[in-house]
Amino acid sequence: MNEKIIKFVQGNEACVEAALYAGLNFFAGYPITPSTEIAETLSARLPQTGGKFVQMEDEIASMCAIIGASLTGNKVMTATSGPGFSLMQEALGYAVMAEIPCVIVNVQRGGPSTGNPTHVSQGDVNQARWGTHGDHAIITLTASNHQDVFSITVDAFNMAETYRTPVILLFDEVIGHMRERLVMPEKGELPLVERLKTSVKRGVDYHPYLPREDGRLPMSDFGGIHRYNVTGLFHDMWGFPSSDPAIVHGLLRHLADKIMNNENSIARYKEYFLEDARTILISYGSSARSALHVVKNRRARGESLGLLELQTLWPFPADIVREKCEDAKCVIVVEMNMGQVLQQVKAAVDNPEKVFLANRIDGVLINPTDIRNIMRLIQGKGV
Amino acid sequence: MAIKDYIRERFFPHMWCPGCGHGIVLNGLIRAVEELGINKNDIVMVSGIGCSSRISGYLDFHTLHTIHGRALPFATGIKMSRPELNLLVPMGDGDALAIGGNHFIHAARRNIDMTAIVMNNRIYGMTGGQYSPLSGYGTLATTAPYTNIDHSFDVVKLAAAAGATFVARSTAYHVQQLTDVIKQAITHKGFSVVEILSQCPTYFGRKNKEGSAVDMMERMKDITTPIGSKAKKENPDLIERGVFVNEDKPEYCSEYNKIIERAMKGN
Repeated sequence: MNEKIIKFVQGNEACVEAALYAGLNFFAGYPITPSTEIAETLSARLPQTGGKFVQMEDEIASMCAIIGASLTGNKVMTATSGPGFSLMQEALGYAVMAEIPCVIVNVQRGGPSTGNPTHVSQGDVNQARWGTHGDHAIITLTASNHQDVFSITVDAFNMAETYRTPVILLFDEVIGHMRERLVMPEKGELPLVERLKTSVKRGVDYHPYLPREDGRLPMSDFGGIHRYNVTGLFHDMWGFPSSDPAIVHGLLRHLADKIMNNENSIARYKEYFLEDARTILISYGSSARSALHVVKNRRARGESLGLLELQTLWPFPADIVREKCEDAKCVIVVEMNMGQVLQQVKAAVDNPEKVFLANRIDGVLINPTDIRNIMRLIQGKGV
Repeated sequence: MAIKDYIRERFFPHMWCPGCGHGIVLNGLIRAVEELGINKNDIVMVSGIGCSSRISGYLDFHTLHTIHGRALPFATGIKMSRPELNLLVPMGDGDALAIGGNHFIHAARRNIDMTAIVMNNRIYGMTGGQYSPLSGYGTLATTAPYTNIDHSFDVVKLAAAAGATFVARSTAYHVQQLTDVIKQAITHKGFSVVEILSQCPTYFGRKNKEGSAVDMMERMKDITTPIGSKAKKENPDLIERGVFVNEDKPEYCSEYNKIIERAMKGN
């Protein structure tokens, strides 16, 4: 048996290791705290395996460059934080419309605007869902420790290829900059999804935007044997612009359905002590670490507390949340924003009045004492 | 091959107005590709948004119709991935130099091997005749009903200053020169810019009382002159046509391949 390689790395580096493991071979980015280590590390690592790195003139250019590179058959990624993520939104919508697989990392800082660049926040949850204009669906994943950052990053690449969509990795400053142990999975240990390529032969008509019966859309590498058109306008099966109402309606439904109909297979979550939990904490990202600490502590004292840690934020795993919280007397969402996941949980459960918020919005990691104090208030015990 | 072998007849008729200069650019571009004998499969055309950008859909190349102003960064991702492909990037004046101005100067600065074609009709045609960064001081537009007080860029000077290693200008009137400079631009290794003055009789012409498409093309003949001509010395207001810059400088993708070699050797 091979000895496992163990690294002591930042979350940003764990993300890089995972992206390379998943087959990343093109990265474009622009420096921005707290995501910059991803670009720095990839500028050294990618060319070592023949991959390409480019530092573009801004974030929207980075997003455009990875879309172009993905079309030619590459696995691609960019990384940024709040202001850069805002700037990327138009091109992100293009990737949704043209169905281009790509991974976008947003290591969250406080906002709006320049906000709190070196401090933690989880304020971009709703932006990840609705940042770009128009009806659409999107996949957004997150993680609370570096081992999970690794596996969820691999998942992000796999889902981008499976559903031909941008996938957002919504990390936060604490996860990005904290150092901890990472056991490197061996080659083959985590499954990898490669791009579904068309089997249409040279010289035979290839319809780039005609989905198969299962909704999947086999690709032909841009610059390869099939010449076709790609556009951000509503388009027919040839990829040519169309405003025919049936085509517009059909395409919009396809873009939403291919993700929303697979909500349960896209859902990633972890659960701790939920079986008999009377009070359930729901959290994600770095705040889930504090929530888990509280849960373990209280369990040791015999209290029936549990944690549901969400790793898929969008599409929101409403069925799972409803099911897991069915028997709980009280559900407390622990997050570092003004209740962005709270709203989703309230909408998901049968009785929204039993759902409460434990949060911090001051750029400081919510710690177990904060959560305990807020729980005392919720339970009417005073501070 | 015949012209029709380069177009997607399925997608015609095109959406340009009668008298628009962009069809002439399309024709000149096809002739340039045909004369160079480049395989259609080796050409990727990336365009942004606007009247000019629709050119990509009509051509039987690998065509990517992107978002406003950002064609060059999309093209950068493709070129870096597949350096052996020929990248052609047709853009309008607003597309290339207003919303896309930053990308334009940075693509030029990197000297990445692609051909930017600025189809300059001095107006936003698709949205109905607003002034662009190339409309010029004193012109009229739907957003400059009194007069335009914006000064315009000189595309040739801007491209040269930003580092483009091939810069040329021609017009929709001078069809042979147009084809010739596009051919030179495509064969040039590095970032090449071709500005082509094109007429928009529907909006620029009508707003500025320049008459019909034919009148506007006659005017292109009258207001331009070959680089360094005697006429230019006598009348400095004339716009020069021809090749302004043609120089060798390390090209981005070739340089990146050297980075890969170094990284693989571990130094």
